Amino acid sequence: MAAIKVHGNPLSTASMRVLATVYEKEIDHEFVFVDMRAGEHKKEHFLSLNPFGQLPALEDGDLKLFESRAINKYIACEYADKGTQLIYQDSKMMAITSVWMEVEAQQYDPVASKLGWELAIKPLLGMSTDTAVVEENEAKLAKVLDVYESRLAQSKHLGGDCFTLADLHHLPTLHYLFGTQVKKLFDSRPHVSVWVADITARPAWLKVLALQSQQ
Amino acid sequence: MAIRKLYGTLGSPDTIRALASIFEHELDFEFIPIDLNAGEHKTESFLSLSPFGLVPVYQDDGLTLFESRAIMRFITHYYLKPGTELVYEVPKLQGIAATWIDVEDHQFSPPAEKLRQELVDKAKKGLPMDKEVVAEAEAKLIKVLDVYEERLTHSKYLGGDRFTSADLTHLPYLYHLMGTPVKQLFEERPNVSTWCKDILSRPCWSRVVEMVEKDKV
Repeated sequence: MAAIKVHGNPLSTASMRVLATVYEKEIDHEFVFVDMRAGEHKKEHFLSLNPFGQLPALEDGDLKLFESRAINKYIACEYADKGTQLIYQDSKMMAITSVWMEVEAQQYDPVASKLGWELAIKPLLGMSTDTAVVEENEAKLAKVLDVYESRLAQSKHLGGDCFTLADLHHLPTLHYLFGTQVKKLFDSRPHVSVWVADITARPAWLKVLALQSQQ
Repeated sequence: MAIRKLYGTLGSPDTIRALASIFEHELDFEFIPIDLNAGEHKTESFLSLSPFGLVPVYQDDGLTLFESRAIMRFITHYYLKPGTELVYEVPKLQGIAATWIDVEDHQFSPPAEKLRQELVDKAKKGLPMDKEVVAEAEAKLIKVLDVYEERLTHSKYLGGDRFTSADLTHLPYLYHLMGTPVKQLFEERPNVSTWCKDILSRPCWSRVVEMVEKDKV
């Protein structure tokens, strides 16, 4: 039986963020499906794993963790010798990666998530898109991507030469945005465009998408 | 010339977070104030350090970092103080601390920032607060503090049995909110109250407060 259990839902971006890491590290794991529609994430059993009732949660033996980015950092450290290196051991190189991991969480994700919700999720739920919110957040995302364009002109990946969590953490929201009009903001920036094509073609990410399409 | 520089704004919680890390590790540094009202964070020279125009920026031995939590993480790993580390070396223990650093970021900070804007910022500018926004943010904060109360039943500090970055990262908003009626929400939860008193009474933290208060005069 696998020591690692990922409790999540393949449609949840945060769950996909952890699954991408688990696949990159080639770790034996069990994926435990949490039925959000049935409100399973707000019930006692799941709350004992994540008291905030949000996906995903991780069990590794006796260890219980939540918050997808914290889970990923733990996996990258604990299983440093397996699969892809997702962090740097050198403190100074890791510091730069850490900056761009924060950029993803603080500058990119709030905006990307709002756009994903309006343009990708709401239509699926039969809800109408708020065009004012879309316009406002497209403008914000454009500014973020201008900074990314400059950064990626100097560095193959956001955290440095190598693919790290700083890049991986973008994958789930990128996936949703690429099915919408927002794709053009990425396509129109050459370095960003090359970077997106590179990271979305990774075999581990394709495995996450395969799992999603099975649901 | 100082090898360490912190560019920041003393009213900003993010700058205070970086200062707390620097003082905890007893590092010599030069503080360079950035005047946000004068748009100093939008000048080309500042943007070359911090491309999103964010304070604080930390320079140390050839590195230039922005995003206060990245600065905090670098300092706590690079300047390990033997016996009083703010991180755990064991990944399983650090995994727990890292989770609670992100809890502060995603659960605690959003309502705390709204309350800071309504109850501290607006008061400074002589503007009336939006009661609905305050009520909504307080309701969210209450839910978070209920989780903290439960967590602190099992653990002396949020990240584990010792003071770590998971606790330090809360200091900026605790500093702002303890000067408002929201203080009551912390005081009426026994474990949260004990934890707050403990971390707010750390000597290194008093030095941060001294620096911030001097600037107000």
